Amino acid sequence: MRFSRFKALLATAAVLVVLPFVLPNNFMLDIAIRIAFAAVAAIGLNVLMGFAGQISIGHAGFLAIGAYGSAIAATRFGWPPLLAIPAAAALCAVLAWVIAKPILRLKGHSLTMATLGLGLIVNIVLINEVGVTGGPDGMAAPPLEVAGFALVDLRHWYVVAAVVLWLVILLSLNLYDSPCGRALRGLHGAEVAARVVGVDVALFKTRAFVMSAVLASVSGSLTAHYVGFISPQMASFAHSVELATMVVLGGMASTFGAVLGAALLTMLPQLLGGLHGYESILFGLILMLTMMFLPRGIVPTLALKLGRKR
Amino acid sequence: MLAVESLTRTFGGVAAVSDVSFSVRKGHVHAVIGPNGAGKTTLFNLISGVYTPSAGTVKLDGEDIGGHAPDQLARKGMSRTFQNLQVCMNMTALENVMLGAHLRCRSGILGSLLGLTRRADAALREASIAAMDFVGVGAWRDAHATQLSFGVLKRLEIARALQAGPRLLLLDEPAAGLNDSETHEMTALIRRIAEDGVTVLLVEHDMKMVMSISDHIVVMDQGRKLAEGDAAAVRKNPDVIAAYLGAEE
Amino acid sequence: MNDLAQFLLSGLTTGAVYALAALGFTLIYNASGVINFAQGDFLMLSAMVAATLLAHQVSYGIAIAVGIAVTVLVGVMLYRFAIRPAGEADVVSLIIITIGASIFIQGVVQVVLGKNQQVLPPFTGDTPLHVLGARVLPQALWVLGVAALLVAAVAGFFRYTLTGKAMLAVAANRLAASAVGIPARRILQLSFGLSALLGAVAGVTAAPITTTVYDIGLMLGMKGFVAATLGGLGSGLGAVVGGLVVGVLEALVAGYVSSAYKDAVPIGLIIVILLVMPHGLFGRKSTERV
Repeated sequence: MRFSRFKALLATAAVLVVLPFVLPNNFMLDIAIRIAFAAVAAIGLNVLMGFAGQISIGHAGFLAIGAYGSAIAATRFGWPPLLAIPAAAALCAVLAWVIAKPILRLKGHSLTMATLGLGLIVNIVLINEVGVTGGPDGMAAPPLEVAGFALVDLRHWYVVAAVVLWLVILLSLNLYDSPCGRALRGLHGAEVAARVVGVDVALFKTRAFVMSAVLASVSGSLTAHYVGFISPQMASFAHSVELATMVVLGGMASTFGAVLGAALLTMLPQLLGGLHGYESILFGLILMLTMMFLPRGIVPTLALKLGRKR
Repeated sequence: MLAVESLTRTFGGVAAVSDVSFSVRKGHVHAVIGPNGAGKTTLFNLISGVYTPSAGTVKLDGEDIGGHAPDQLARKGMSRTFQNLQVCMNMTALENVMLGAHLRCRSGILGSLLGLTRRADAALREASIAAMDFVGVGAWRDAHATQLSFGVLKRLEIARALQAGPRLLLLDEPAAGLNDSETHEMTALIRRIAEDGVTVLLVEHDMKMVMSISDHIVVMDQGRKLAEGDAAAVRKNPDVIAAYLGAEE
Repeated sequence: MNDLAQFLLSGLTTGAVYALAALGFTLIYNASGVINFAQGDFLMLSAMVAATLLAHQVSYGIAIAVGIAVTVLVGVMLYRFAIRPAGEADVVSLIIITIGASIFIQGVVQVVLGKNQQVLPPFTGDTPLHVLGARVLPQALWVLGVAALLVAAVAGFFRYTLTGKAMLAVAANRLAASAVGIPARRILQLSFGLSALLGAVAGVTAAPITTTVYDIGLMLGMKGFVAATLGGLGSGLGAVVGGLVVGVLEALVAGYVSSAYKDAVPIGLIIVILLVMPHGLFGRKSTERV
């Protein structure tokens, strides 16, 4: 019984439409919106980590570049956010493309260390360039404006978040079942084999890297305009690890796994009352236990158990 | 189709392959045999782009391909399988085979993201199922790679290699790890592939298989070519018998 | 000229700490092929534990000893409860596991020992000495001396003791080593413990100069990895040389260019190294068998 893309997308749309009427209060709605934005970044990172098997623990850097890029363009250059967001995404795409060439020649832990380094550099720059970024105290970001109509109402934001998420899910599902997607997943499965069937390994890894950077950037930008305030914490190592954990826990290479991971890990801190130390303990445990006992992640493991192939 | 001339490869002073020359004719099945350590796998890796020659040339239809990367060779119509299996265990059996057709697909990221490849993919799915049937693993069309046995995976790799539509197929010890009946099926499969017009070059230990399907055999020993000829000639060659065959199979 | 001497000496001091961290990476990598992302946290843990005990009126010597002991124990537990159960997991899984361990350790320290920076008093006072025109803290000399001693001890361990040679055997070929009776798992456990020991000692010795805090392990680990890679992953000598080079470079940049961006130096360095000299200064080339 094959996984039906169409049915999955329909079901997702249904859930997204019904959700706001089911959620009891604005607090939950706010969480839902944050989950959606986190899921966008997670789905992107899933393409890099789950599909292509390249572990990045520095992706919060792209998220922050998206957030700061958009905020700076909007506040200091007066660009409308609708223009600033794609501009920041384009910047991330270029940066990712330039970095990818050399970085993706590395394998395994070397690549991961390099991504760690990159994330840390972004963090350092954001903290130190106080004139541009507002330094460790962060900076404000103006709200999203569509045709002169400023988006402030939670319900309007929910619509934006839901639509963006649904589109990104669509893109990811399309990618999974496509020649490009198979080539990427082949890289993770057996790079030698992929090479031998003609996959240009460097090119495909670069594509995955750029796509994940763009989605992280979009996620960051939207979050910036939604929350109205950003700080260098967005580029922290802890945040990068949180993103990676979402992908690992939910399921490597699984689109819905990434969404599930995003949901779980966004809600957990709320349950823990935002006590940072406990978050780290929990994330660390999740990472270790998942890789030891559920190495495929939640969704693929469930799917295999239920007899499907995803 | 393939011409190997004075091919040499040294690893830090040791010549794994030394001054080997032979040619592979289009549409024929050629085998490279020899005792362990003869340099067969190194030779194979030299031809398939895993290693760069220290000296000598490898030419495909007159074009020098020495040192070319495996993905470039795929573009020139060369496909190979692996003794130790390089199957993507994170994908289904069918997806592995579909991957083989990579070069014949639109693999740009934008097209894939926008779902423009859906129709071509459906056709590819059908073709890949047919390929799986051809190699005899059609029964596992819905299975995940992790559910398949070693023998099935070996044939799956061949299906994948065939999906690329190669002119030259390199088989790296296709019978390794197979039991008698599986070897029998593999022999029949290779014969079917050759009948389809694909040139086959294989490295193999199993004498029965080699003798029954090869049009031409190259015998190696200690990095050098010891003898070559058809099955009958090689079987009677005293040097070969001395170095290798010993008791007749 | 005095400035240069100052920077060089301070660079060598931090370099010595990086060298020990790098040596720890190399030890575990050699024995098991795993890059232990939690390596830097070993340096943090011993100092944090020692500082906390000190604040509770425990004598300095005992505080340090306990700090080191706890860290070694954690190193061994990391192997037994996180690495070994993962069995023959692939590189990706092991990377994620050690990342998880690193965060876990940081989290526990944060919760149990607090978020604040801690200070350890220097071993023999803090009146600076004058060496070659530079002012040197006595603790810096301790760092250099202890590091030199440990490096020599490790070198001696591998060259002259049976256990050391057994460890090299396990690193070269685990299956073969087991076949001749070497208890591979116990050796691996030992390598983690030794690596933790190196980190722990480095941590307590360096803490009086650098202070310590729950997340310092991240940067330390990163720089230790840079050093190990620069020297050539797998080479002990390379790790030490690499550490010193990174330390000195960092100090020079901090002194002559900008102190805020000094952390970016090792990070940028690693990217350059990995691209230009992937096998580092002393590393061995490897060909993948297909």
